[in-house]
Amino acid sequence: MNAEAIPTQAQAAEKPYFDAPLKMSAKNVSVFYGEKRAIDDVSIEIPQRYVTAFIGPSGCGKSTFLRTLNRMNDTIANARVEGEILLDGEDIYKSGMDVVQLRARVGMVFQKPNPFPKSIYENIAYGPKIHGITGSKAELDEIVEQSLRRAGLWDEVKDRLSDSGTALSGGQQQRLCIARAIAVDPEVILMDEPCSALDPIATARIEELIDELRARYAIVIVTHSMQQAARVSQRTAFFHLGKIVEYGKTSDIFTNPREERTKDYITGRYG
Amino acid sequence: MSPAILLLLALGLSLFGWLAARSRAWAFRREAPGVRLHSLPNFHGWYVALWVGVPTVIFVVLWNAISPALVTAQVLADPAAAALPTFGFERETMLAEARAVAEGSAFGVFNEQAQALVEPYRSALGFYRTIGFAVAVLIAFAGGAFAYTRLKPDFTARTRVERSVMALLLLASLVAILTTVGIIVSLVFETVRFFGMVSPIDFLFGTHWSPDPMSMGAPDGRDYGAIPLFWGTIYIGAIIAMIVAIPLGLMSAIFLTQYASNTVRKVMKPLLEILAGVPTVVYGYFAALTVAPLVRDMAHAVGISSASTESALAAGLVMGIMIIPFVSSMADDSIAAVPQALRDGSLAMGATTAETIRKVIVPAALPGIVAGVMLAISRAIGETMIVVMAAGAAANLSANPFESMTTVTFQIVAMLTGEGSFDHPATLSAFALGMVLFLVTLTLNFIALRVVKRYREAYD
Repeated sequence: MNAEAIPTQAQAAEKPYFDAPLKMSAKNVSVFYGEKRAIDDVSIEIPQRYVTAFIGPSGCGKSTFLRTLNRMNDTIANARVEGEILLDGEDIYKSGMDVVQLRARVGMVFQKPNPFPKSIYENIAYGPKIHGITGSKAELDEIVEQSLRRAGLWDEVKDRLSDSGTALSGGQQQRLCIARAIAVDPEVILMDEPCSALDPIATARIEELIDELRARYAIVIVTHSMQQAARVSQRTAFFHLGKIVEYGKTSDIFTNPREERTKDYITGRYG
Repeated sequence: MSPAILLLLALGLSLFGWLAARSRAWAFRREAPGVRLHSLPNFHGWYVALWVGVPTVIFVVLWNAISPALVTAQVLADPAAAALPTFGFERETMLAEARAVAEGSAFGVFNEQAQALVEPYRSALGFYRTIGFAVAVLIAFAGGAFAYTRLKPDFTARTRVERSVMALLLLASLVAILTTVGIIVSLVFETVRFFGMVSPIDFLFGTHWSPDPMSMGAPDGRDYGAIPLFWGTIYIGAIIAMIVAIPLGLMSAIFLTQYASNTVRKVMKPLLEILAGVPTVVYGYFAALTVAPLVRDMAHAVGISSASTESALAAGLVMGIMIIPFVSSMADDSIAAVPQALRDGSLAMGATTAETIRKVIVPAALPGIVAGVMLAISRAIGETMIVVMAAGAAANLSANPFESMTTVTFQIVAMLTGEGSFDHPATLSAFALGMVLFLVTLTLNFIALRVVKRYREAYD
């Protein structure tokens, strides 16, 4: 079944909306909180080196679905996931799956910047240390610098790496969190409304950064802002009431949606 | 007219004022239906009631304080008083006897001379009672009338009543603060007396403690070296007890906040907090009757023959158990206060729960945990019953936990309940010890509160 999960170039060509190699895919995924069904039979394919945006009104399940992609829902006591989520063809919910390894491969950036109350350096070094990526100080320094550079934060903080991460501004904190996620060299980065707590200038910086990062990683971003989805993503999925209403190229979704509900949402009729 | 009756009278008149003012306020409404009262009729009622009640109560309290002196003065002015003996004690006794008969609380006098004073006493008492009653009623009516005449539809009764409620709340909070001040003042006074007899240098730095409450003449400063007591206190309360309480408290807090399911937490947390509700004297039994012999037997079993039944270890162990809930509930609170976002952030990096706790949650909660530990220490070193029952009275300066040791609190009890007279330096030393203990715990609490405050700001 793994062979089927990774589409060949021929398959990708047959499906014009998915011309990129697949990174992750979900098949008939449902998520329950106790008895309540938060996600209802969602299937989606997430391509490599693209930014995929999840949009939809509040409570539509887009964040919940995002959190199933690196099993962060495991931390919620009564959450239950049905269906199959594949990362490079491997089911991440299979019984022998190591959540620690999974989360090293699928990183996450949260809505509110959440740097650890440690130094900037320690914030970045945290992941490489716990995963034993490197033992040497020189290599760790290298990783810290590289991650901060990729997150576009290096020039601002290089002289004060020992300052607390919580002393940075909101936008810098969020870039620090992105740098922290990059430091463990993930394959996919999940972003849960990463700009909702930031001002427009900081938001613009993060958006630029996302665009640069997609050269290396598959990025999935949940956003409330349709302009943001239009600006940063190449693929957009519109969620409504726990289902995906429409999924396709961002340009198509925003200019020529197939579904009436999508059209209503992006024109601001509701949501 | 006893003060209780006067107070009842004040209450009754207040109620009357309340009813009258309230119906007056209702009347404003009826007379001019369009007019809106500034305050509800109840507030008008309370306003007048306060003006009736408060001045009257103040008067009653003051009157109660000064009228006995006035009565005595009038009795002494009576010719019969001239026959009283001049010696203070006898004189007082006779006056008191006469007074008791005059008030009706005794039926006859023991001393014939006192009989002559009963009648003057009775008339003086009656006179001042009448005056007291009359003035109280006068004040009540004056206050009431003043307040009542101020009532108007637009009278701001509500703001005024609420202001007096605020004053009441302020008074209530002042009671605790003033008590603390009073305690400090009384401690300082006696401590200064003690240091007038024994040099503070001897007291604070001497290593020999054996005050003799029966000794005569000037005290020997060498017997008042409190270092062994301070050491015993720190050794039992801050070292042994904390070696028990910090790991156990912290680990149980981590288990309860991070690993336990909701059901387990709901059962275990109250159970743990029951520990805090056990009276310390019960811990004392436990220490003296169960733990101390056990500790001694175990020490003997491993070849420490010097172990005594009253050991610092037994007292410290039990005190540590007693302190666990303080450490664990403070640690629990501060761990729970670490934002979920930090935990998520760490887990999302691929950290395990244990790594997250060790590297993110505990360091972030550390200030709160430290504060909890400090409060626990200040509680432990002020603890008395356990050490009285289990630690012994010998002031040993030793690091051997199996030896008997004594603490500051134990010595305070021993000195104050001893047979020495009150102005003997041995007895007064209790106040100096109390002062030192008070300053230490005050400092610890102060630091703990500062730490907690700073760490609260870190997340907000």
